[in-house]
Amino acid sequence: MSKCRSCGEPAVVDLPRHNANFCSVHLQQLCTRQVERAISDHSMFAPEDRILVAVSGGKDSLALWDMLIELGYRADGLYIGLGIGEYSEESHRITAEFADTRGLTLHTVDLRAEHGFDIPTAARATKRVPCSACGLSKRHIFDRETRRHGYDVLATGHNLDDEAAVLLGNTIRWDVDYLSRQSPVLPERHGFPRKVKPLIRLTEREMAAWCVVRGIDYVVEECPMAIGNRHAGLKETLNAMDERSPGTKASFYLGFLDRMAPLLRERTDAEAAPEACPSCGSPSSSDGMPCSFCRLEENAGSHEPVPVRMVLNRVARRAFDAQWGEESSDDRG
Amino acid sequence: MIVRLRQPRREVEIPGGRAAHAVLRDLGLSREGHLVICNGTLVPSDTMLADDDVVEIRPVISGG
Repeated sequence: MSKCRSCGEPAVVDLPRHNANFCSVHLQQLCTRQVERAISDHSMFAPEDRILVAVSGGKDSLALWDMLIELGYRADGLYIGLGIGEYSEESHRITAEFADTRGLTLHTVDLRAEHGFDIPTAARATKRVPCSACGLSKRHIFDRETRRHGYDVLATGHNLDDEAAVLLGNTIRWDVDYLSRQSPVLPERHGFPRKVKPLIRLTEREMAAWCVVRGIDYVVEECPMAIGNRHAGLKETLNAMDERSPGTKASFYLGFLDRMAPLLRERTDAEAAPEACPSCGSPSSSDGMPCSFCRLEENAGSHEPVPVRMVLNRVARRAFDAQWGEESSDDRG
Repeated sequence: MIVRLRQPRREVEIPGGRAAHAVLRDLGLSREGHLVICNGTLVPSDTMLADDDVVEIRPVISGG
């Protein structure tokens, strides 16, 4: 039986990149130390700051919220109802239950109730992939709610695998603008709140293990909109490399932050200040026109609601039918 | 033993007496992309799984 590297008790997980096994107690210690190091190394926030955590009901965001509370930070949650059928219903139930059982404050924004559209409808109305409308909507609402409630910083659950996959994608395209902006901290500027990613030193497997040993219920199933997307493919590629040579993902991303990002940083300082959107007042780079979110709202809000299944690719539709059942899928939207 | 898989949810029955990493390999699943939970407890990949175990193989990769 494997033993914990720290105490010799039976291990619950093997972490090849550390060439070690850990028990539940020392897995948690490893995770919280990595988060503390990320917060400190990148000056993400101070103990007195009020933090808004973007929570989706998935392992990363719930683990992040749990860790920040465990470390003594003042952290509340923000959940956005995206209208992705039963997937959204389950993620909302799990997130609300997490907050309730711990006595935490959870803010909720429902996209259809407040803006008249949901993600499947937005995808159909704009003829773009669902993840594009989803990302745009979430960024806009994250920024707005952080300002509205007076939080000092918005924290998201992007982990090492997320950031390494984005870095690989940007590198494959040699997209220097995106590479220069890829940072675990986006400072407050031009009306945008400070945004931080405290999980950048932890892998997806470590985050899932944190949730299991802490007894955190989370949505294990993938968002039906994201099944088989490019981002997941990049992660699988990196995981295949990591299995052959453990630590490759960490070396790739953390090495970028340490040695390459400083060389690219000066490019981001030349960014022009955005104007205020004439419709919602949020910062916008649309030259006096409504911001991207307001244009999406106008476009998708006038569209007939679209069921989830209708905007899935063939692979995602098969997985969706197997998970949620084909017969009732047309009732959801 | 009964092995529960996700995405989509399903069960397969396979012989025990093998290490968790061998089961993952036989099912074509990566160690880095999955956790193994045996009888409700998280276990390392070198854990020997028995015939009467109920094993959940939980994917950890998300595409969001």
